[in-house]
Amino acid sequence: MTPWQPVLLSNVNRPNSERITTYMAHGGYEALRKALNMAPAAVIAEVKASGLRGRGGAGFPTGVKWGFIAQDAPVKYLAVNTDEGEPGTFKDRLIVERDPHSILEGVIISAYAVGAHRAFVYIRGEFFLGVKRWIKAIADAYQHGFLGKDILGSGFDLDVSVHRGAGAYICGEETAMIESLEGKRGEPRLKPPYPAQIGMWDQPTIVQNVETLANIRHIIGRGAAWYASIGTEQSKGPKIFCVSGHVNRPGNYELPLGTPLREIIYEHAGGVRMGRRIKAIIPGGVSTPILPPDKLDVPMAFETLAAAGSALGTGAIVVMDETTDMVEAIRRITSFFVHESCGICVPCRIGGVRLLETLETIGAGKGTLADLERLDYLSRSISGLTFCPMGTGMCEPIASGINLFRSEFDARVAA
Amino acid sequence: MNVTDIQPSGVRIVDPAKEAMLLSALYIAQEREGVLTPEAIARVAERLGLEPGQVYSVASFYTLFRMQPTGRYLIQVCDGLSCYLCGGANQVVDYISAKIGIGPGETTPDGRFSLEKVQCLASCGTAPAMRINDDLYENLTPATIDAILERLQGEV
Ligand SMILES: Cc1cc2nc3c(=O)[nH]c(=O)nc-3n(C[C@H](O)[C@H](O)[C@H](O)COP(=O)(O)O)c2cc1C
Ligand code: SF4
Ligand code: FES
Repeated sequence: MTPWQPVLLSNVNRPNSERITTYMAHGGYEALRKALNMAPAAVIAEVKASGLRGRGGAGFPTGVKWGFIAQDAPVKYLAVNTDEGEPGTFKDRLIVERDPHSILEGVIISAYAVGAHRAFVYIRGEFFLGVKRWIKAIADAYQHGFLGKDILGSGFDLDVSVHRGAGAYICGEETAMIESLEGKRGEPRLKPPYPAQIGMWDQPTIVQNVETLANIRHIIGRGAAWYASIGTEQSKGPKIFCVSGHVNRPGNYELPLGTPLREIIYEHAGGVRMGRRIKAIIPGGVSTPILPPDKLDVPMAFETLAAAGSALGTGAIVVMDETTDMVEAIRRITSFFVHESCGICVPCRIGGVRLLETLETIGAGKGTLADLERLDYLSRSISGLTFCPMGTGMCEPIASGINLFRSEFDARVAA
Repeated sequence: MNVTDIQPSGVRIVDPAKEAMLLSALYIAQEREGVLTPEAIARVAERLGLEPGQVYSVASFYTLFRMQPTGRYLIQVCDGLSCYLCGGANQVVDYISAKIGIGPGETTPDGRFSLEKVQCLASCGTAPAMRINDDLYENLTPATIDAILERLQGEV
């Protein structure tokens, strides 16, 4: 088999890859021309047929989501999720900094498909370079007639603006992001209604992850059939895997969905540092359940990871070797979620603090068996019972971690 | 938003760009003095036609809006999992603490440095990482930290 040629990351290593001239010299904005000659419904049908699923964590089929937008709604919005902040995830920052036009082309095509004339880019406040790159890319796209009135003579109008978040992980959750874009505290809304029904200023709003949008130009450019030939039964297309932790070559690796975890870690990321053995792997960002090394052959796809007891999430793989203190690793993940809880619901706000205190007690060697039971009791009182998915996400590493590394926890507590 | 914004059709006609200005306005207000003073919050409220309490409530939700002054260089060390696994987090904080004589949450008496632990900087592939003001520093080692701090010590 010929080695995989990157699609999404094909531009990032070119000199001045972020410039519109570089982008256009390598086929940039050709897919937009093609899309504008298609009927919007045909663009939606193509994306549906491609099998593309969202890359922001939830994996919802993108074309299906577009189909939910009421065609007769007078005002529709598109919101671009550049809020990447889940520990272990660093793919969106790469695309925004090094190939912003590949996202922007996807934004324009998507807006055309759903009939949105206004798009909002929401970017994590800490991404200083990313903010600059987004603003420059948008300004250059206006100059070239890819944004504004009557784009490329098609009669389609689109305006795009950039909005900086201000340091709140929860604003990556789509309804919290909408609240933040409206100038409020980033507190999630109850779903349903979903943003595609009632979103920003009560108008239908499509929220899409940056990596998802970077796929769109390739689906339109090369066709849904080509796209759907990559990947597995239920997970189509290329995916950027962020590999970090105890590996020799941490970094972003773009590979077809369904690539085995073992191949990503040992062939692409260069294996484990100092030839050590793996103790635990987080396959999809810190809100996905931890996997033991006997699951290394799992294909990295939505359905196979679910069957293995975890989730693809954002595709952020964190590798922990045999020397890792699992109690401390899990405590650190929990401290992240507790810090980022928006605080509107009690199980997450109070339960999170109690989980963290208990993990700290156990980590300090001052815990008892009752503390281990308390972790279990607390997780069960939080998981599935919170206003937004973050509370459940917070419990995943704890529940799976204790299950897999029970002896390590037992060794830290007095009977 | 008030009832007059709701048209008979049930469709709210508002100017989204104006509505979404609060966070940007807070950034601008903060840029001037490096910190959001009560006066700055009142000014933003007046300009946008909002209550100061509402503006304060929003500002206090976000960690990048600061009500307390910090040093000229705000050192923010990632305390995330990947940085921890790669010998960062605590070790970087301890190393810097020993060099500049302050712990997390503190500012040097000369007002030059403040030190903080922060959440993931999306640099997990180039861990350990930290940020100082608008600049990101990755693949930190004692030698690179020494060089960065020496340069900032010397800035006038
Ligand atoms: C706590 C939480 C944080 C999230 N953070 C992000 C994020 O930073 N970026 C992102 O694209 N999606 C994030 N999501 C997922 C979004 O809610 C939403 O599903 C996604 O933006 C939809 O885009 P997609 O279908 O293209 O993936 C988060 C979800 C939750 C529950
Ligand atoms: S689960 Fe946590 S983050 Fe989500 S709404 Fe409740 S308090 Fe906020
Ligand atoms: S964990 Fe430190 S940058 Fe992500």
